[in-house]
Amino acid sequence: MALQNGEKCEVGSSSSGLIRVVLLLRVVAFFATAAATIVMALNKQTKTFVVATIGSNPISATLTAKFQHTPAFVFFVVANGMASIHNLLMIIADVFAPNFDYKGLRLAIIAILDMMTVALISGGVNAAVFMAELGKNGNSHARWNKICDKFGSFCDRGGGAIIASFVGLLFMLLITALSIIKLLKPKSHHNCSSLVP
Amino acid sequence: MAKIKRICTFLLRLIAFGTTLAAAIVMATSHETTSLFAVSFEAKYTYTPAFKYFVIANAIASVYGFLVLFLPSDSLLWRLVVAMDAVLAMLLTSSISAALAIAQVGKKGNSHAGWLPICGQVSKYCNQVTGALAAGFVGIITYAILLLYAVHTVLNPLLVQKT
Repeated sequence: MALQNGEKCEVGSSSSGLIRVVLLLRVVAFFATAAATIVMALNKQTKTFVVATIGSNPISATLTAKFQHTPAFVFFVVANGMASIHNLLMIIADVFAPNFDYKGLRLAIIAILDMMTVALISGGVNAAVFMAELGKNGNSHARWNKICDKFGSFCDRGGGAIIASFVGLLFMLLITALSIIKLLKPKSHHNCSSLVP
Repeated sequence: MAKIKRICTFLLRLIAFGTTLAAAIVMATSHETTSLFAVSFEAKYTYTPAFKYFVIANAIASVYGFLVLFLPSDSLLWRLVVAMDAVLAMLLTSSISAALAIAQVGKKGNSHAGWLPICGQVSKYCNQVTGALAAGFVGIITYAILLLYAVHTVLNPLLVQKT
């Protein structure tokens, strides 16, 4: 699209600053969600309990706490994994092909995918946070005992993964807001670069 | 065309208000007491923080939906409505995800943690909670549609500069 003679040509300093801010936010969000995925996926604790004593021989049972035992944590790992893959793909697309466009829909697709990723992370982290609260406090009315006093480091690592995921969610919210702003004010400095001598 | 858009938006907002109100009320009135071998077993939504969060989130969404129904269609507050729609959609997503996680433990139990399922004893309570969650799901889907619709109608003519 050629510019008319009288049209002002925006030198896109503000929009390239916006692009760099979004890229930086995406890198931080990628690290946060990847950390949450990895910490929760490797979350496992085995402990041996003495359950009875016959004579002078203690009978012990070995119990394991794994993240696969709880569907909410499985969903948490899957959701954060998908969010970090999404961020990685967006970073790669921004760094290696910043001008690649598909029928002018690139910014709209990025904004919609960002919104979907925010919803996914939000669902995953909230399910995990309430399950963790149940494990930490138990529920006396349903006669569910708490498990965090026996499996302390399992609970600690789970808590750390949840905090990392919340940080990732916060950054993804900022990225989504900025993507929507970019969608509604598309950059025009690519058209100017051919005019500037 | 504008009239059809207005009717569509009004209808969607009415559905959203109705479903979130229904979800909040059905969850709040779920209460059952049974006795099993002279041990009384009571199930209320206040005994679980996730269900309390679900009721509060849906109550906030229904109050907001009720207020927005009366907004005149050319007021400047519609841009605030778009932002609030996004915030409330996120709130509803998180609340339904949390309530679903706890309800799944209540229904199937967790054998590794030694948690027995409670739906066998308080099945009426379980059915009411399931109904409330289903209404919550319809509410969140309606809010998602409303959000996309609002971004398209309100923000598009205002700010898009076509190159």
